[in-house]
Amino acid sequence: MEEKMGGSNREDEAMDRFPVGMRVLAVDDDPICLKVLGTLLLKCQYQVTTTNQAISALKMLRENRNRYDLVISDVNMPDMDGFKLLELVGLEMDLPVIMLSAHSDTKLVMKGITHGACDYLLKPVRIEELKNIWQHVVRRKKPDSKDRVNALNQDKASGGIGEAVQTSTSRSDQKFNKKRKDQNEDEEDDGEDNEHENDDPSTQKKPRVVWSVELHRKFVAAVNHLGLDKAVPKKILDLMNVEGLTRENVASHLQKYRLYLKRLSSVATQQANMVAALGGKDPSYLRMGSLDGFGDFRTLTGSGRLSSASLSSYQPSGMFGRLNSSAALNLRGISSGVIQQGHPQTLSNSINGLGKIQPVGLPANQNQNGTLFQGIPTSIELNQLSQNKSANHFGELNPVNNPNVFGVATNFPDARMTVGSSSSSLSTPSGSPLLLQANTQQAQHSCAIGNQSSLGVASLNQESFDMGVHGFSNFVDNGRCHENWQNTVQLSSFPSNSLSTCEAFSHEQLHTNNLQESISWRSSHLSDNPIDLSASMANAGLEDSRGDMQCQISPSNNVIHNIDYAAKRQWGENSSFAGADSLVSGAPYVQHLEAGKLAFNTKLRSNEDFLFEQRKPQNEFSQNNFETLDIISSSMIKPEQYNETGMMEGELGYDAFPLGSCI
Amino acid sequence: MDLVQLQRQFVDYRTSLYHEGFLDEQFTQLQELQDENNPDFVVEVVSLFFEDSERLLNELARALEQQSIDYKRIDAHVHQLKGSSSSIGAQRVQKVCIAFRNYCEEQNVEGCLKCLQQVRHEYSLVKTKLESLFQVRLPCRREIFFLSKMVLP
Repeated sequence: MEEKMGGSNREDEAMDRFPVGMRVLAVDDDPICLKVLGTLLLKCQYQVTTTNQAISALKMLRENRNRYDLVISDVNMPDMDGFKLLELVGLEMDLPVIMLSAHSDTKLVMKGITHGACDYLLKPVRIEELKNIWQHVVRRKKPDSKDRVNALNQDKASGGIGEAVQTSTSRSDQKFNKKRKDQNEDEEDDGEDNEHENDDPSTQKKPRVVWSVELHRKFVAAVNHLGLDKAVPKKILDLMNVEGLTRENVASHLQKYRLYLKRLSSVATQQANMVAALGGKDPSYLRMGSLDGFGDFRTLTGSGRLSSASLSSYQPSGMFGRLNSSAALNLRGISSGVIQQGHPQTLSNSINGLGKIQPVGLPANQNQNGTLFQGIPTSIELNQLSQNKSANHFGELNPVNNPNVFGVATNFPDARMTVGSSSSSLSTPSGSPLLLQANTQQAQHSCAIGNQSSLGVASLNQESFDMGVHGFSNFVDNGRCHENWQNTVQLSSFPSNSLSTCEAFSHEQLHTNNLQESISWRSSHLSDNPIDLSASMANAGLEDSRGDMQCQISPSNNVIHNIDYAAKRQWGENSSFAGADSLVSGAPYVQHLEAGKLAFNTKLRSNEDFLFEQRKPQNEFSQNNFETLDIISSSMIKPEQYNETGMMEGELGYDAFPLGSCI
Repeated sequence: MDLVQLQRQFVDYRTSLYHEGFLDEQFTQLQELQDENNPDFVVEVVSLFFEDSERLLNELARALEQQSIDYKRIDAHVHQLKGSSSSIGAQRVQKVCIAFRNYCEEQNVEGCLKCLQQVRHEYSLVKTKLESLFQVRLPCRREIFFLSKMVLP
């Protein structure tokens, strides 16, 4: 296709022959449909790989993301919900995913779109439809030109960032124009559209922008500063002051973020309790809508889309809602980055785990879950999931499958629990036991953290967690849900570091960690709610003065361990995101913890650390995650120490960006 | 019986199936997918369908016999049956599945049992028809030999 026209024909024959030879991965539990689909695809001259298990599909994708161009998946599968797979793939690998189902319920289609599906086909699939699916791949790679061609103006507007982002968002937009509008307010659409159009010509083949933790943090900070409602790409771009970043990049990232937040808030709202429980989730979330958001968050978790869910739940703050979208996006981004940390392995030491979470660079592609979302969703899920089978999630998130990690989150359901769970969840990702601990703590606190849990969730997935968590933190920041939330957000900002689990904590913690920057910011916010307090504490504790934190982050290490333990435990149960929740809880934990929660704070700290670590741009994370976590653990207590990771300090501020990186 | 006659028989028979609603265009697609690289594609898919459907039908029967019926599970099975029958073009089976699903949502046991019976019926009908069809199917090279041995009524 024209896409490859650029290169010389000789050079890349395969490319020139595109869409011939496009590599498709087909997933469907029904053997008949799978066979028919596979043959149809072969007939279209694609290269086809089929599997009837979502889990093995994920495994294959994680092993080598570059081996496939497109994924087609059934919606109803016994081992994993198709939507969850969709999210994970989108987050971690950023591949276009097409949903397939025998049901044509509008709601399902809607769900597919919101989860980021490029398309939704009905069974029986016709070959004519399959002949055109290559367009999704092209669209992702070259949003500018393609969009134009496809008259995806709206989409374009929304997301200049990364083709992939654009594509997916575009698609979604297309499908959900209205929906998007609601979610993203008008600014995105309006602004984007115009600008996008203009920019299109100039940016032919824009290189993908990688939203590193740092970048995302800035982004979130900018968004929070402007206020989610008023956050226009242009202004955000200005505030961020990053060279080489275009408005489109910001726009599409913003869109994702909002989606994320929205999801979170919806989750949060449902789980107001959860929020409390989650505490870790992210104070911000809680604050946001006061648990409401949390409920959303919960919902989010359910779908595995935690990130968004969590965000949406947070809605309450409004910001949050926004965050969801963006956060969601961010989460994704972050998750990727963050989650990387997911190296669950490390979590064993709670902090260690967290540490690992660190910059998780969410190996977006890596199995780990580079995608924050993974983590996030987990978190969210965790929250809601409290019963979730997070395990599932985890499995997905990280190869690590730290069941622990997420288990935490899932626990959240009570919100409180979540928090605790988050902790657990957290661990998962990277084993961020830390997070979990934090979460657990949170859970204990039952504090309103509930919302937080969401965070945790996100972050929890160790791998994914990181992403999620970070995302949360970021989101939280992003969502800056309004004051309280901000605090939580702050934690969320915590992003990247920790990871996924931390995220939950992060929110609170993040605040702290990231916080130093955030903290100050947050502190102001904190005043609002007790949570804030916690958050501040988290912030404070984390960042600088532990003393500030009431919780006193007493040696975070200890706390972390606690978290770890908690997380671990939790994880075992939930395996899924509970961790995330924990993280969230961790974060929120700070909030409610205020008192005893300190531990949490510390945890948060750890989380933060993790987050930080996690924050690292996804790429880096995966490897560093664990190490960082360790460092973080120690540094958690002292943010300054974090220097080594470098994330802490710098990263702290990152809160807002947990996910950013991955996107 | 010469080849032309065989072919005609096959086509006629198949057409009747379409008319009667046993098969729809999806089945045509399947046939088009069959080629040298995939010579037995249709037969394979149809056989798979038979196998899988038997299993699903048994599961459904079992699920409906339970004291406390798990409608979610039933819905999942019906959903799968619907998907697979639509994939091969077994239209009537698919239609019954849709009705079945509605009863399931309403948690109407009577309705479900009735639908199960209907599905079973339609399924066996289409199975018989398809089996006949394949016996008369367009002969591939290797089948010409085989068919030539057959004496068609």
